Amino acid sequence: MTDAKVRLKPDTTSETNTASDRIAPSDRSVRLQPDEHRTRLLHEMIRIRRFEEKCAELYSAGKIRGFLHLYIGEEAVAVGSMQALSPQDAIVATYREHGHALARGISMNALMAEMYGKHEGCSRGRGGSMHVFDAKTRFYGGNAIVGGGLPLAVGLALADALQHRPHVTACYFGDGAVAEGEFHESLNLAALWKLPVLFLCENNLYAMGTHIERAQSQTDLKAKAQSYLIAAETVDGMDVMAVEVATRRATERIRRGEGPMFIEFRTYRFRAHSMFDAELYRDKSEVEVWKARDPIATFSATLTSGGQASDVLVSAIEDTVTEEVAEAVAFAEAGTWEPVEDLLHDVYTPAREAHTAPAVEVK
Amino acid sequence: MITTTYREAIRAAIREALTKDARVFLMGEDVGRYGGAYGVSKGLLAEFGPDRIRDTPLSESTFVGAGIGAALGGMRPIVEVMTVNFSLLALDQIVNNAATIRHMSGGQFSIPLVIRMATGAGRQLAAQHAHSLEGWYAHVPGIRVVAPATLDDARGMLWTALEDPDPVLIFEHQTLYNMEGQLANNAQAVDLDRAAVRRPGKDVSLITYGGTLGKTLQAAETLAGEGIDAEVIDLRTLRPLDMPTIAASVKKTRRAVIVDEGWRSGSLSAEISARLVEQHFYDLDAPIARVCSAEVPIPYPKHLEDAAIPQPPAIIAAARETMGRRG
Repeated sequence: MTDAKVRLKPDTTSETNTASDRIAPSDRSVRLQPDEHRTRLLHEMIRIRRFEEKCAELYSAGKIRGFLHLYIGEEAVAVGSMQALSPQDAIVATYREHGHALARGISMNALMAEMYGKHEGCSRGRGGSMHVFDAKTRFYGGNAIVGGGLPLAVGLALADALQHRPHVTACYFGDGAVAEGEFHESLNLAALWKLPVLFLCENNLYAMGTHIERAQSQTDLKAKAQSYLIAAETVDGMDVMAVEVATRRATERIRRGEGPMFIEFRTYRFRAHSMFDAELYRDKSEVEVWKARDPIATFSATLTSGGQASDVLVSAIEDTVTEEVAEAVAFAEAGTWEPVEDLLHDVYTPAREAHTAPAVEVK
Repeated sequence: MITTTYREAIRAAIREALTKDARVFLMGEDVGRYGGAYGVSKGLLAEFGPDRIRDTPLSESTFVGAGIGAALGGMRPIVEVMTVNFSLLALDQIVNNAATIRHMSGGQFSIPLVIRMATGAGRQLAAQHAHSLEGWYAHVPGIRVVAPATLDDARGMLWTALEDPDPVLIFEHQTLYNMEGQLANNAQAVDLDRAAVRRPGKDVSLITYGGTLGKTLQAAETLAGEGIDAEVIDLRTLRPLDMPTIAASVKKTRRAVIVDEGWRSGSLSAEISARLVEQHFYDLDAPIARVCSAEVPIPYPKHLEDAAIPQPPAIIAAARETMGRRG
């Protein structure tokens, strides 16, 4: 028990995030035994779940304000897919991005401080729940305009391609974004220019309160990607291993220079759209059906019944996470408010940088 | 000195930027094979190749957003949007992303992006190709808005805009592209901070920018014949406004006429007027006057288009009125 705890304890010793430690899962997993890797996936999903449950509590307590969109139920998508990304890859996410931020390796302390709006937050408190940014892990938001992140992802991938860097830009968005013009424009452009973008559609069936059947003439979303000649597949987003395997396959394909790829993850949000949502648009029975497929409960059961993890180990994970969440809350509580005198900071870059051309010769 | 045009001056600036900095590339609708809707980028595809002169599909929101992403990824993109009316399709990316990401990220990411677009009326292009919406963009914190009205600025603003770590929008008035004149052989980058006094005078300040600078200078010459010595201020940068230069002029002349091709309601001219009243009320000897576009979508027929936008007679009449003269 003690040993497990020591081994499982995430690095929360310093505020500089633990990117190098955490965001090389694909490298690390090579060294890890399969059981160890799976246990870590479980751990990552539980971290997200418990973090967000605490956030909901803190919202009710008035510590977190604004809009708060919980990812609970969808954790397998962020955790599984992040395994396939290297530290140099870029991430573009949505306003429901706490899970992606944690799975990417942004420290829970910095994320919780951001939820509070404290200066120690990963966006220095200026963004809040919907605008998580982190330069060290190449995490480019936190975009709260549905579909607005897709063109950014295309541009990030274009920059990598023009600079001959073998990176992938992973772009997360929901089924709602598929109805936006920017989705279609971005898929077209990425395919046309064969850019290394991995389009990751988290289809949780609802664009806020509008069911996909009420918003899409074609509900088979991969067909839309295929119409742009983008390789596409649909994957069970409640199965973390299936998510990881599919994402690895996709990133390998993209790194071979075969252009963008699209994966639709079928998933479900267990909680309301935001904290203001009375959920008038769906039956509780539907939610219960999906909860029976809870990605954490099912994966945990698979691991324990298969002998790859014990109940003791799972409870050790829970203990570790409880501790990490408590530390994050303490860190956020102890954080500082940015002085009002700094209100106008970061609207423009302070000093115009000298525009030094790089050593690259122009052809 | 060389004889050149506004169009050629911009092309020379783009060519220089592409030559000097490997991170610079040009992207937009028909910038490559077609040579640009206004012919600005003609010949650049052959010279720099398709990686750096990139024709895009007609998808303003995505190619502007891709410019933002590429800037985040270390490039220095120049994005051309055909006209300001089309830029409304990219308003989401410009206002919600380009202008906010530095702020929302707590200063972690800057967006060194340049967006060029044509603006303004005067070529009978009717109500979806001829508006002057730069004042809207000047409303938004997080971006810089400039309007080159001279050959020197057409040649020199681009490099400075590319040096800026934040997004810069360059508004090129579509009646200026054929403007011919003299430019120094060694024309250099110019600042993007200060307004310029294009004609010194002591009786009234005529404050303008972009496509109406020529008309305003013309009006000033007519006024000079009547014994009214007008000073003409070219704003050059619409955001941030160079209020010290404007204020120094108004303190001297004690009268101001603002000439703005945008509509009067909620316009840049309204902002300048308000700031002068707020800060320099006691320096004024007459009410501030404004010459703006009529509150109508720009009409197609020439006589109506001419009537809809600022013209020298209206500028002259407004200046006379601030001098207490009629007729």
